[in-house]
Formats: sequence, C-alpha cells, structure tokens
Amino acid sequence: MKLYDSVELAARNLRESVLRNSLTTLGISVGVASLVAMLSLGIGLQQLASRRLQRSGLFDSIVVTSRRDLRGYNREQEESGPAPAESPDLNETARLKIVNVAGVVEVYPDLRFITDVRFDGKPHLTMVAGLPFSSKDGDSFEGMQGKFFSSEDAHEVILQKTFAAELMGKPTRGPEEINVADVARPLLGKQVEMRYTEREGSVQDAGSYSVISHEISLTIVGVTDLDPDSMRGSARARLFIPQKLTEGMRPMQAYDMRASNGVTSNEPIYSNVVARVSGAGKVDAVEQAIKKLGFNTFSILDATKSMRRFFAILDLFLGIFGSLALTVASIGIINTLVMAILERRREIGIMKAVGASDADVRGLFFAEAGAMGLLGGVCGTALGWIIGRAINFGTNIYLRRQGFPPEHIWAVPIWLVAGALGFSFLVSLLSGLYPASRAARLDPVQALRYE
Amino acid sequence: MIRAVDGITLQIPAGEFVALLGASGSGKSSLLNLLAGLDSPTAGSVIVENQSLSGLSREQLAKYRRHTVGMVFQSFNLIPSMTVLENVELPLRFAEVERNERGTLAMNALEKVGLGGRLKHRPIELSGGEQQRAALARALINQPRILLADEPTGNLDSRTGTEVMELIRGLNESLQMTVVLVTHERELAERYADRLIFLADGKVVADQPNPARTTAGAKS
Repeated sequence: MKLYDSVELAARNLRESVLRNSLTTLGISVGVASLVAMLSLGIGLQQLASRRLQRSGLFDSIVVTSRRDLRGYNREQEESGPAPAESPDLNETARLKIVNVAGVVEVYPDLRFITDVRFDGKPHLTMVAGLPFSSKDGDSFEGMQGKFFSSEDAHEVILQKTFAAELMGKPTRGPEEINVADVARPLLGKQVEMRYTEREGSVQDAGSYSVISHEISLTIVGVTDLDPDSMRGSARARLFIPQKLTEGMRPMQAYDMRASNGVTSNEPIYSNVVARVSGAGKVDAVEQAIKKLGFNTFSILDATKSMRRFFAILDLFLGIFGSLALTVASIGIINTLVMAILERRREIGIMKAVGASDADVRGLFFAEAGAMGLLGGVCGTALGWIIGRAINFGTNIYLRRQGFPPEHIWAVPIWLVAGALGFSFLVSLLSGLYPASRAARLDPVQALRYE
Repeated sequence: MIRAVDGITLQIPAGEFVALLGASGSGKSSLLNLLAGLDSPTAGSVIVENQSLSGLSREQLAKYRRHTVGMVFQSFNLIPSMTVLENVELPLRFAEVERNERGTLAMNALEKVGLGGRLKHRPIELSGGEQQRAALARALINQPRILLADEPTGNLDSRTGTEVMELIRGLNESLQMTVVLVTHERELAERYADRLIFLADGKVVADQPNPARTTAGAKS
C-alpha cells in the first residue's frame, strides 16, 4: 500500500474513535509541552547568562602580555615558544599584528596610572584608566548616571561612585550605601583638574626619554555604579577617561622604568594590551594565534566552559523530567493501539482476506501512531510555547516588583520546535512498534471469526 | 488434534463451478481457507496455477489473495466504517492502483452489480442482498481467476440469494472464472454448480458431476 493511502486510512480510523484518539493525542501533547517548556526554560536561562556575560566584556577579551614581563612567570609563561629574552616587545608594532589576527575586533593597551585629581581646589589620589569607546555597548555601565563619553578623545571623565562620594566630601562608607543618583546630580557637568606625567621619547637616543608633567581639565559626564573591586571593567580604577585621549597623553606607566633596560627604541612599551574578539567562541583560536606571535595570553574562557557544562547538565535533567511525561504518553499510545487491534480484529482479517500484506497492516498502525504523535507534537509544542510565555510573563511581573528590568528567561529556538516534533513522532512510532507488529502477525482466519 | 481437512485430494480445472457440500464442521470452510491462502496445511500441499501455496512467503500469499482469488463470505465482511465505494476500492489500495483509476474501477464494478446508486452509503444502510453484491464487487475488483464463496446466500432470503447466485453463475460463464462455492444447501448447489463434492469429518465422501446440470445441459 502506498504511504498516502496508509495515511488516509489511518486518518479515517482515528476519526472513527475520535474521543479515545483525542485523549491519547492530548496525552502526547502534554508530554511534548512539558518537554518543550522545560527545555525552553533551560535554553532561555543559558542564553540569558551568555548574554549577560557577553555584554560584560569579560568573555570576549584576551589579555596579552609580553614574555619579557617575568612577573607572572609561573602563571602565564608558556613553556613553548621563544624564550623571554628573544620574545618581541609589546609595542605599537605588536598591537598592529594582533589587530590583524582573524576574529579580533579591537586591540587597546591597558593604560592606567595613579595620579592627583583636583576638585574644588582639593586633591584626591586615585587610579585612572583609559576606557575604550566600545565599552559603551557593554553592561558594565548599566545604571550609570549621566552619559558615556561624547567622542573617542573627548576631555571627559566618568567617575566611579565611591570616588564621586569622596569628591563630594561624603564620608566613605561601603559602596552599597551610596546612591549613584544622589552623588551624580551635583557633579555632572563639573570640571576636575588631572595631573599626569608624559613620557616623551628622545629622537636622538633610542631607549632614553624625558618625563614632563601636565595638567588637563576634564568634564564629569557620568557616575557609574561599577564596583571597583569586582572583576568588571578596568579593575580598581575609580576614574575613567577615553582610551584615545589616554593614548594621546602618553602617560608615564609604572613599568616604563623597568622596561627601559631592555628596549631598543624609545617607542612606548605596553605592560599588557586587551584584544577584543568578535565572539566568545573565537577566544580559543585567537589566543592560540596570539601565542604564536610570541606573547602570553590570558582569558576567562575556562569560566564559560564550566558555565556551558553546567547548562548542559541542567538541560539534560530538564529534558529527562520533560521526557517522563512523554514516556507516560507513549504508553497511552500503546494502550490505544492495542485496544484498537482488539476492536478492529475482524477488520484486519478482512483486509488480509482481500489482499493486505503484513507490511500493509503494519504500515497502517504505524501511520496511526505517527499521526497521533505528529498531531500531539504540534499541539504540545504550541502548548509548551504558551506555558513558556506564561512563565516569562509571570517572572517579569515578579522582577519588575523587585525593581529589576524584565528579562527573557525563556527561549524556543527553531531547532527545539523541530526537535520536539521529531522526537514526539519518533516516540510515537516506537510506541506503535509493538501494536503494529502484533496486528500484522494476526492470523486472518482467526481474525475473520472474531465477532 | 482435530483434523479439519484430512487426506483430501482434489483437482479443479480452470473455469469449473464447484460446490463443496457438507454439514457444519465437515471441513468445507477450512478447505476454502486453504484454497484462499488464508490458512496453510500442516501436511500436503495446495497447488494453484502450477504454484504450491506452501512455498509462498507471507508477502507472496498476500499478493496471491490480492490478484488470483476473490472471496465472498456469509456475513459479507464489509468494513462498517467505510462507504460501499471505499470498501470496493480497498483491494485496489493494496494493489497500489492510482486513486483516480481506483475510483473509476470501483464505480464500474458497483454499476455491474446494480449498486451504482449506493456508492456513498455505509454497509449498514444496505439490505443483505445489496451488501453481498457489494462484497462480490469487491471480490472481483482485481479481476481474479478464482472466486471463493463461503455460504454467500446464508444470510439472505431466497429471492436475493438467487439474485446473488445468478450473478456468480453469470461470471463463471461469461469470464470462465473458476468458482468454488461452499454451502450446506444441496438444492442451491445443484442449481448452479457443475460439480458437487460432499465432505464429512474433513474427508471427501463423494465427488460427482452435478446430475441436475448435466441433464439440464443435455436438455438445452
């Protein structure tokens, strides 16, 4: 019998016992729905975590250091590759090489220095760091008061809230006690004077340079909630200025003294540069490529690996719980079809008498199981989607009440829809295996005698 | 062990109309099931058109039932959930005949048995005679060379029984179709069959040409 004939006959048979078959199909729908709801929740949470981490800028960044820098010898030094003394300097030339590595979006030197900042005539000592313009899109500055730098080299400054509180003369308490909006309001738009020392290379003598003191005026444009002790952003800095501006200032770095012993030119040497990669997935490959250039690298990729493992396990367990309902549903299919064989025994006998082969009868029962599976799969996926939306909706109401922005904790990717349909179809066919082969083996003489 | 059919040796030439007669439990239906390939003998063989049925696989037996033999039963055995047309089409589905052709063939077959106006009716809406005619149309749809009829008039009144038997006799004569009729009504057998085979306890007790028909033939 042709497939469409089997399907047509199966559909007719399903319509004949519409209540029983609908209930069986409903059982499958509930099974598929629980599977879809569970997995979509797992996937949604994973995506949420990945999204947050991605935006934090930690997981797509690689810190590149020179092998000449022996401070982190035990931790970062690669055993393969050139020896420290033979390795290249981490300078502008190296930076350009790293930019050209496939997958690298931008490379910027990690510039920071400790200096005096004067506000209202009073000096304050702090760590200043250059902040690349691309940080604007990250979530490190979520909840910032004011705005981000207006251009890549604007004479503007963003303050960390504890430093802002210090400028305001407020006693320094724990960062959680400081309200960003309160400290930001009087400071935004005000000027601070910042001192720094410029490292000016000598034209005549490679390896020698002069140190010149400068002072510039900067406008406070933002106050951030960023915790300086957290790993986010440029660690421990409490005052941020645009990266391009910092590079142009050529501020004297703490390691300049140490580096001057080995340099062959008066080009500035960087302690470390940060390479931003187009996606967390490319970090590994880019790291390897940079190592080949003769530098040491460091990334927090391992943390994402363990996160991925955690979510894989979570998805597995959610999937197992979801599948339990589908297993119960598949027993329902077996039951329905076995009952159908008993009821339609005579019909099967008639079919065999008029020329149906075992395969025809088997195919017919398979088609019935498959049709219930497919229909149950479609309804179940829709139901799971609705459940997921409901969970999302409920969670967002809760989040809003708790004062958090709404989140997308639930996701139904197209592969999950296809997978759920395929899985439900497959499980149904498997469930139909026993009833179908039992129907096919039925002795036609016995079956025809059955009343 | 009960021997339903025991030590029977029979030869039925093509085109013959044979009646198997006997009381209930004499083994006539069992013999018919063996001829239909629905059952297989524990010993011995059934040879149809030079082919032994016991040598056929289940798939080949299904094909044999589909193309070589057609069956009608006492209880009609139409599928109640299908219309008359669908019932008649059923063997064509198993024979993988295209849908359009299937419809035409089934309609023509039903026209021939006088059911052209009842195509969309369900079996339950038909009289016994109509149901048996529909069953006959189904048995003949694949143009089999052998028609096996198991008490085809058993559930019919004498008038409609006669109608059905006339149809069967007509097929036998016009298409040279071999007919094996199982019945316990001697009168019916004598009226239509060429040859009468009497069974008792699974054995052939008499096998003779139908005297009534031979005389009738001699008379005409």
